[in-house]
Formats: sequence, structure tokens, C-alpha cells
Amino acid sequence: MDSPTLIIAALPELTSGQLVMLTGAVTNVACAIIGCFLVLRRMSMMGDALAHAVLPGLVVAFLLSGSMSILPLFIGAVICGLLTTFLTQTLHQYARMPSDASMGVVFTSLFALGVVLVKKFVSGLHFDIACVYEGTLELVSLAEPIAGVPRPLFTTSIMLAVNVAMLILLWKELKLSSFDPALATTIGISATGMHYLLMTLVAVTAVASFEAVGSILVVAMLIVPAATAHLLTDRLASMVVISSAVGVASAVLGYQAAAYWNTNVAGMMTVAAGLLYASAMFFSPRYGICSKLLRNLRMSARVLREDLLAMLYRVEELGTAKRLTIREASEAVGGGWLTRWGIKSLEQGGQIQQSTNKLELTEAGREVARKLVRSHRLWETFLVQYLDMPLDHVHEPAHRVEHFIDEQLQEKLEKRVDTDGQDPHGREIPQ
Amino acid sequence: MMSLSLTEKVMIGTALLGGMSGMVGSFAVLRRRSLVGDMLAHAALPGVCLAFLLLGTKSLLGLSIGALGTGLLAIAAVTMIVRWTRTKEDAAIGIVLSTFFGAGVVLLSLIQKPGVGGSKAGLDSYLFGEPGNMLTGDLTLLAIVGLAVLLLVGALFKEFSLVCFDTDFAQSQGWPTLRLDLLMMASLAVVTIVGLPIVGVILMTAMIILPATTARFWTNRLAHMLLLSAGFGMAAGLLGTRLGRGLPAGAAIVLTAAAFFLLSLLFAPERGVLARLLAEYRLRKRIEREHLLRALYELSEPDLPSVPTLEVAAIEEHRYLRSLQRLLERAVEAGELERVGNAVRLTPLGLRHAARLTKAHRLWELFMVRHVGIASDHVDRGADDVEHLLPESLLIELEEKLASEGRLPNVVAEVPSSPHELGTNS
Repeated sequence: MDSPTLIIAALPELTSGQLVMLTGAVTNVACAIIGCFLVLRRMSMMGDALAHAVLPGLVVAFLLSGSMSILPLFIGAVICGLLTTFLTQTLHQYARMPSDASMGVVFTSLFALGVVLVKKFVSGLHFDIACVYEGTLELVSLAEPIAGVPRPLFTTSIMLAVNVAMLILLWKELKLSSFDPALATTIGISATGMHYLLMTLVAVTAVASFEAVGSILVVAMLIVPAATAHLLTDRLASMVVISSAVGVASAVLGYQAAAYWNTNVAGMMTVAAGLLYASAMFFSPRYGICSKLLRNLRMSARVLREDLLAMLYRVEELGTAKRLTIREASEAVGGGWLTRWGIKSLEQGGQIQQSTNKLELTEAGREVARKLVRSHRLWETFLVQYLDMPLDHVHEPAHRVEHFIDEQLQEKLEKRVDTDGQDPHGREIPQ
Repeated sequence: MMSLSLTEKVMIGTALLGGMSGMVGSFAVLRRRSLVGDMLAHAALPGVCLAFLLLGTKSLLGLSIGALGTGLLAIAAVTMIVRWTRTKEDAAIGIVLSTFFGAGVVLLSLIQKPGVGGSKAGLDSYLFGEPGNMLTGDLTLLAIVGLAVLLLVGALFKEFSLVCFDTDFAQSQGWPTLRLDLLMMASLAVVTIVGLPIVGVILMTAMIILPATTARFWTNRLAHMLLLSAGFGMAAGLLGTRLGRGLPAGAAIVLTAAAFFLLSLLFAPERGVLARLLAEYRLRKRIEREHLLRALYELSEPDLPSVPTLEVAAIEEHRYLRSLQRLLERAVEAGELERVGNAVRLTPLGLRHAARLTKAHRLWELFMVRHVGIASDHVDRGADDVEHLLPESLLIELEEKLASEGRLPNVVAEVPSSPHELGTNS
């Protein structure tokens, strides 16, 4: 509980802009850390559902308490949030509806109920729906202070502390029930209990954050940072850390951009988070689209170069003086820029050489090619002898797999098959 | 058309909207894409703002075109994320929804700034819905879109149902599943976007999901579901506007649709909650009766062919049965049991029923012991669970199988003896 004290101590120094960023960052992190579990459990849209479904709870709480004070609203919202969770789960389990449809039925109906309640009973109160979406983050420094801190920052800081505490206390339980609820149940952790606990946290966090940042940023922060982190790591602990970092980064970047263009802060923070996700989507080292493309490209290049070498080897093997021209060779492996690049790189690597416009293997290239052809023919023999494949069906699979047979496997294959030094087509298997 | 009053226009408009959203919603719900409607409704905001900023228009058509543009972009983004990354569909929908809506909020606040173009008033009502300002032109647009949806679904019914129920099979048969899928989502987008200015963002989501899930309770056939769903949607539109006077029309329509849903959830035959509870109750009752009859048979067995009278205490000791007195009463009413003073005795009818049940139980036990290799002292429980559900045909098959292998004891022609000791409470 050190950090709130520190923040309070530092607060008087903060400008209004820094205060907005700080409030945004605290809210974002509070949402981002529990968002990880929502995303892993494939319940991302629960944030969106809860954000809308709490409306009737808020209205009823307002009507009963007759005030806009935070506590009754909070209780109303949490009750409604739990009701949403319960109804969604029940419809899914007992009425056998798909979980997304049951969620959609529940939250839209509750929202409609809320709208009707507002219209019927809440007269005189200006109920600005746009304000619920967008929040009033810009005005945070004008909010009434509690313990020297503006109210929105105060509530969201408490929420952050609660979420972090829950995470630390119930780390093992949450983790296990997210990845393997059946195992969790068998070793005595109530997966259902964890589900409801998580949903309560989501509902409370969402309500606590609404006033500060508006529902759209809450919905975004429950999903986007966690999904971004999921693209960058495979470990839950680092996912939580990265997710929080993305939350802070979107708060800072969003605020700066909003200040630059003089526009809505919460909306801009959402867009910033979306852009962070987009960059992870393209540039994540492991799961990014670009790195996947690059890996595929490298693989194609390797296969292409090896195919070229093996082809030249087979031409030499004929024993005639015939050699392929560059044109013939590249047409045989498909042509295009990748082929041109492949020939050039083989030449630079000293595996082939040109003489009077014909391609020839060098000694190093012949060595590589011989291994490939050996793999190819051993595999063909294996397919015929062990899998009883017909002769005219074995070339294609061997052509694919030859690039992935290392020397160890070659030795094993040679021991298993009965060769006489020849493949099933009667061609020599090179040593 | 010109002579229609506003209420009539609103009713026709909402009915049309309900009908077509019910139809496209069916596909969305079956494809587990219920929340795509939600996403599209949110993704319309930046499109509406851009249309206003670039074209300077507040006409329904202009704004709708903008909304459709960003809606299709959102669909493309979700498709791309799901195909090319490890992010799952629910998170992809959430990411696109919130990012697009955030961008919309940003654009909206730019529009509000002085010098850019004044107020956002018209745009607000576009997003939050206002059936009251429906014009004749809007009605025509709705009718055209409705007709187009109907024609599309009619023309591609076979393809859509194939993609809905077995995408992999459709793919293997050479159907362009991706394009069909996108077409389905695009029709969802068009309907969502023409509905937005009438009922608003959230309530449009409801119009996509509610009629379709309601219809699902009543039928297992896609064609029926489409028609029912369209019917529920239209009825919700008509009744909602009619009953909900003085209330926000969108909310009233959705609450009417929710009432249909609730009624169907409770009262639909087969899939409804009450029907299911009733079926469960009947099954439980039958199982209790069968357990009682078997217990009575096992107690009577040593004295057969004469049928002994049995003390109630002896039955209790042989097998625990809940509310035994009530069960006995029911058996007496059914003529399977007669009271002899304080004790009971199986009637010939009861004996025949009991013998048949015991035979089923023991045949299954024999089968488990001989063919599945389960120890003879372990089969009773398993047979106990399954005996009530064994169809007659299977029993005959079992009997023949055991007989043909010479494994059916001679006595089994009537009732085989138990392969395990009959203990108390077994």
C-alpha cells in the first residue's frame, strides 16, 4: 500500500494534463490485468456486456437512494453485473444456447430495461448517453477531491490496488482455472467460484472506471492490452506485465495525441491501444504476421535452392554432356524473382558456377546435392517397402520431405530398408 | 404511402426492420457470431462522422453509406485477425469494436469544435435511434433492403445453410466458403446499418440476436427458423411500437422481443425449460417404478412360480427406495401390485412387467461380464443406470447374440439368474 501514499505526496506537483494521464494509466492498468484472464477464457466481450447491463442497476440504485453518491450506485451495478453473469451462464448451460448469443440476449435486454426505467422514472435528471460512452477524463482535475486526490483517481486507484491484491493472493487458482478448469476442480479449486470472482472484479472495475474514463475505454482496456500481450508472450506472468505496460503506454500516447489535435482523450487512448495491438499483430517476433511471412519466405528460399541443386545433380547423373541453361533451370523450379535470387545466392555461396551460360555444380554444391538426392531416394524406398505405396506415387512425397531428413535419419532409413544401393526406380542411391 | 400517419409509418418501418434482422440474425446466431452485430453497430460511428466531415451531409443515405464503409472495414479487420494471428474471434471482435468506436468518439469531438461544421445533433440521433423521425424515403429504403435480403437468402439458401452447419464440408466440396461467409456478414452489416437510426446501437444488436434465438427454441430446421425468426422480429416491431407509447420506441421493441424470448424459453416444446423439466420428471418417475418392480421380483424369485406376499419392511431392507409408500400406491393403481393386509404381492401383470425388467437388467449384466470383461461384482451399478434406456430391439439382439454363442443359460429363456449374489440394497 505504499504507492497510493507516494502518489498523494506527489500530486500537488502535477499539472492537469499529467493528472489526466495518471488517472488514465491507473484505470487502464486496473482493467488490463484482469483483462488477461477474460481474453484467455475467451470471454472478452463480457466487458462490453457488463458495461451496458449495469444500467438498470444504476437507475434502481439511484431511485432507491435518491442521490448520485457512489456507494449505492456501486452496489446496484455490482448486483446487475452478477445477474448478467449468472443469467448468461445459466442460459448457456441449461437452455443450450451458444455462449455469445446468451450473453447478447442478456445484456441487450437489461440495457433496454434500463433505458425504459430512465425514461419512466428518472425525470429532471439530465441523462447524457454520450457522456457515459466518452467519460469526463478531461475534467478530472476539477473533480471534488477525496483525501487530497480527485475522486475518479481515488476510486480507480483503490480498484487497481484491489485487483493487484486479488491477483497476488489467488494467482495459482486463477491461473489454473483459466487454463484447465477440469483439473482445477479435481484438485479442489472451485472453477465456478473463480469464474464468479473474476466476473465480480470485472463488474466492479468497470463501474469504478466509468466515471473517470467512460465505458468505451473500459471495454477497450479489458480486451486490447491483454490481446496485445498475448501476441508477445506465452507466459501468464509476463502477459500481465506486458498488458499493464500497454495500458500505460496507451494512456500516455493517447493523451499526447488528444492534446495535439485537441480532441477527446478517452477516445484517443482507445485508438492508441488499437494501434499498439495492430503493431503487435504485424511485428510480434513470434506470432506477428510479418515474422510469419519472413519465416515462410526463408523456408521457400531454402527449398528452392535445394531443389535447384538436386536438379543439377540429376542432370549430371545422366552421364551426358548436357547441362541446363539458367533459363531452363529457373523455369523448371517455377521461375520468378525468388528463383533469380536463389541462383545468384547459390553462385555467391560457391555451390554452382556458370560456364558459357550453362549452370554447373561446384564440388561443395555437389556434396549438398548428393545428400539431398540420397534422402529423396531412401525415402522413396521406405515408402515402397514399408507403406506399400505404388511406384508412381512416391516421388511427390519424397520431393517434399527430402529437405527435412538429416544424417541421423538417413542412417536409420538405410538400416531399415533393403536397398542394394538402388531406389525403387532402379537409380543409384548416392553415398 | 404519402397518406400514412407517422405512427403507421413507424409501425411498418419497425416491422420491416424486425423481419429482416430476424432473418440475417439467424445466420449470425448459428455461426456463433451474435456479437458481430454489436461490433457493426459500434463501428458505424466513425463512418457516420467521416461521411459528415467529407460529404457534409446529414441525410440518412449519406450517413448510411459512411457507416457501411467502416462496417465492412471492421468485418475485414476481424476476418484478418482471426485468420492470421492467434487472437481468438471474441477478442478480435472486441478489439475492432472498441478501437473503431474510440475513433468515432474522437471524430465526433472534432466535429463539435467550432469552425468545423457545427453541431453533432443529427449524428447523435443516428446512433441512439429515433423512430419518430422516420420519413417516407426511409421506409422505401427499408423496403428495398428487406427485399434484397429476402432475395439473397432465397437464392443462396442451400449455400448459406451448408456454410452455417459444416464449413469444412462445404470447403471440401469446393464451395467458396470465405466469400459466402463474407456475403453473409455483409448482409448483416447492411441490415444493422439501416436499422441503426431507428433503434440505436445496442438495441440493434438485440434485434439481431433476440428473434433468432427465440426461433431456435421452436424448431430444428433452418427454413422454419428463418421464417419464425422473421415473424418474431416483425411482431416485436409492431407490438413494441404499439404497446410502448410514451417509452423510447427502440427499448420498447427490444423488451417485446425479450418477452417473446422469455416465453419461448419457458414454454417451447422440447427445448423449452418447462418441457425439459417435465420430461426429466417423467423419466425419474419411470426409473423409480422400474427399480421397485425389480426389487419386488428379486424378493419373489425364490418362491416362484407361486407369488409370495412381501412385507414392506423386507422391501425396505432389500433396496433403499425414496418415498416407498407412494411408489407402492402408484403400482397398486396401475394394477401391478395388490395389498394383502399390511403386505403386498405382485399381480400377474406386475409379475410379467417385473420379469421383463429384471431380464433386461440381467441380460445387460451378462453382456458386460462376457463381452466387455467387467467383473461380475461390478456390473450391477452400470446395468442399473442403463437398463431404463435399453430399447426392446437391443434386448432381443443381446438375447440372440448370447444364445447363438451358447452363452445364454437355458433358464434365461424366461429370466436368467443373476450373475452375482443378491445382497441387501444391491
